[in-house]
Amino acid sequence: MTTAAQCEVERDATEPATTPVAVAMSGGVDSSTVAAMLCERGVEAIGLTMQLWNQRRLPQLERGGLRRHRCCSLDDVYDARRVAEHLGIPYYVVNFEPEFEQAVVRPFVENYLAGRTPIPCTHCNNDVKFDLLLRTARQIGAGRIATGHYARVRQNLDSGRYELLQAVDQSKDQSYFLFGLTQEQLSRSDFPLGDLTKHEVRHIARRLAVPVAEKPESQEICFVPEGNYVRFIESYREEQGSDGAGGLGGPGEVVTTSGAVIGRHNGLQNFTVGQRKGLGFAVGRPMYVVALDSENNRVVVGEDGELRRRSCEVRSVNWIAFVAPEVPVRARVRIRNRHEPAEAEVTPLDATTARINFLEPQRAITPGQAAVFYSGELVLGGGWIAT
Amino acid sequence: MRVYLDYNATTPVAPAVLDAMLPFLGEDFGNAGSVHTPGQRARAAVDSARESVAALIGAKPSEIVFTSGGTEADNLALFGSVALAAKPRKHVITTAVEHHAILHSCEELERQGIDVTTVPIRDSQGIVDPEEIRRALRPETVLVSVMHANNELGVIQPIEEIARIASEAGVRFHSDAVQSAGKVALHVECLGVDLLSISGHKFYGPKGVGALYVRTGTPLAPRFFGGHAERDRRPGTENVPGIVGMGKAAELARNLLAEDSERIRRLRDRLETALLERIPRARVNGDRAHRVPNTTSMSFPGAGGEALLISLDLQGIACSTGAACSSGSTEPSHVLLAVGLSRDEARSTLRFSLGRPTTSEEIDYVISVIPAAVERIRRLSPREPHVAAAR
Repeated sequence: MTTAAQCEVERDATEPATTPVAVAMSGGVDSSTVAAMLCERGVEAIGLTMQLWNQRRLPQLERGGLRRHRCCSLDDVYDARRVAEHLGIPYYVVNFEPEFEQAVVRPFVENYLAGRTPIPCTHCNNDVKFDLLLRTARQIGAGRIATGHYARVRQNLDSGRYELLQAVDQSKDQSYFLFGLTQEQLSRSDFPLGDLTKHEVRHIARRLAVPVAEKPESQEICFVPEGNYVRFIESYREEQGSDGAGGLGGPGEVVTTSGAVIGRHNGLQNFTVGQRKGLGFAVGRPMYVVALDSENNRVVVGEDGELRRRSCEVRSVNWIAFVAPEVPVRARVRIRNRHEPAEAEVTPLDATTARINFLEPQRAITPGQAAVFYSGELVLGGGWIAT
Repeated sequence: MRVYLDYNATTPVAPAVLDAMLPFLGEDFGNAGSVHTPGQRARAAVDSARESVAALIGAKPSEIVFTSGGTEADNLALFGSVALAAKPRKHVITTAVEHHAILHSCEELERQGIDVTTVPIRDSQGIVDPEEIRRALRPETVLVSVMHANNELGVIQPIEEIARIASEAGVRFHSDAVQSAGKVALHVECLGVDLLSISGHKFYGPKGVGALYVRTGTPLAPRFFGGHAERDRRPGTENVPGIVGMGKAAELARNLLAEDSERIRRLRDRLETALLERIPRARVNGDRAHRVPNTTSMSFPGAGGEALLISLDLQGIACSTGAACSSGSTEPSHVLLAVGLSRDEARSTLRFSLGRPTTSEEIDYVISVIPAAVERIRRLSPREPHVAAAR
């Protein structure tokens, strides 16, 4: 296993032993504190902010000029720049707008229209932050990237593998969003906040006089204003010239699990598995969305019991703690961000797909979300829920 | 080593310019509009600066209107001309490679109901075809605006010919000469322009001062309203230290131009040749024969310009990728796209612009750094085949 692990890490003979560390700076308190911590430790840091989305696009989403707390807003770039100036580190904004649209925004819209509930942050981590940004960091001579994620990475000296672990502060843990990182990416990543609580981070930010120490948190999907993703999808499709009539995104039938038509819906993108509210009809007992059937453009509803399933299949599986196993693995599996991991057996079907069998049925297993396999605080791997 | 190769963005204030300005920030603080002696001293300084600036471009002092810079000069030329035109429908002609001070002003004119034709550049060398301008002329055309030297490519447009075409049609002609003033000899009579914009800080004057040449007998509506400064064409208390600085800078430019431009051209050519030799697939954009002597736009396919710019900055070399957007990141330059580069090519392009302080040692250093930086970036680019294979 040691040799396999070493093979995965792409080494660059011309790279000096100690190089600067690029800090992914969003303008928020977490990544700003990371930059300040590195400076305090005497690490040579370079601040990078990703310009990911052009705020002038989709002007119909800007009601009353509300532009606060959105990624790539000039305010956030201003904040990140002020922090870098305060720390006296080189700072640059890098433009990944076309790549972000290709890798994150378009799949986000397509997934919703196809009845899946995507996690854009994970796509961004896999394809933008830990791919393009890390690449840019290396291109400009920085060998590593530090981010404000709450997670931990360490090298297992026995296996040689780079391991991903949950954050010490369980309430802030973001390891779920990082399951797709390769050995190469993990070997070059620093998550200095993984050992700290949010409270401690604020404290450090204040102690180091980080200019954004008191800035409120933002939890929204960065490119979707006010969390209204349905409006975003509609505006984006309009901009791209798709007509909403017929096909994906259009109205269709609401059916029960036995196939009885009991109503109409206004587009699959308005629904997510497990949803109860907003179905637009009452049948006397609680009903939930149990599936989104994109082939027939149908929302399938059922009772709570019908929402629970014992197994699912995952695709694009990435194994972190070891190379893809050939035998079933016992793990605790998390099927959405705040889900309490559940006991399961993960059976690899091939190198990148697996079947997950839970010991207890799980509520609302949602295609498009990630299933992440844990052993204690260690992330074994994860994949995308397909069915 | 720190090497500044972005003199098209701005230049340092020449020591003699600073010396000339200092008294007007101190003891000679008078308002050039005042009747008393301190005011007269300021007025005298502004008048003599006006003469120097006029001399730089072959104009009469009364034809110079001082502004806050090139952008204001361009805005005054466009809006001031269109506002006074008597025609019921109005039409303006410009080109796709203009500076944003022109293009964004034209977009505003369109919003105000003015027709605008933006002539494309069909020539990959970046030169406007004067016949395209002729074909775009209409009875309602009130203004043609074509830049002299392009800020990104350095390419010099055939202004004389375009001016002749405009003049034959009885249409007013403006040229943005912000990037050529101080770099090549300029003469408004030879060029045949009615209006010409220049900016002080592009030729070792201070920031915040520019000028619009307005040919005698060319009426212009003011954009600002206030006092009577600049013959009512640009009210507001004169920026005396700035104007004095620009005057001194114009005088220096006129005296040093021949010598400077030859020396700078040799350094620029040496840089270009060395990079073309040492970097596979490197290319120069724009017509190399018709350029200002200090500018080169070079593409390094497969090496992202943004990463290259940062890489070079971290090694002490300051250059540019083209237009910076409001966040400070870069967008593919509209100029490069207009002359036919793909978005990828435009995103792998750097502009080096040399200046009066540039030394041979600086060029040696730059030549020693860039090939390795390009090589590293190419090696780590997703599209480079051997990297894809390693993934």
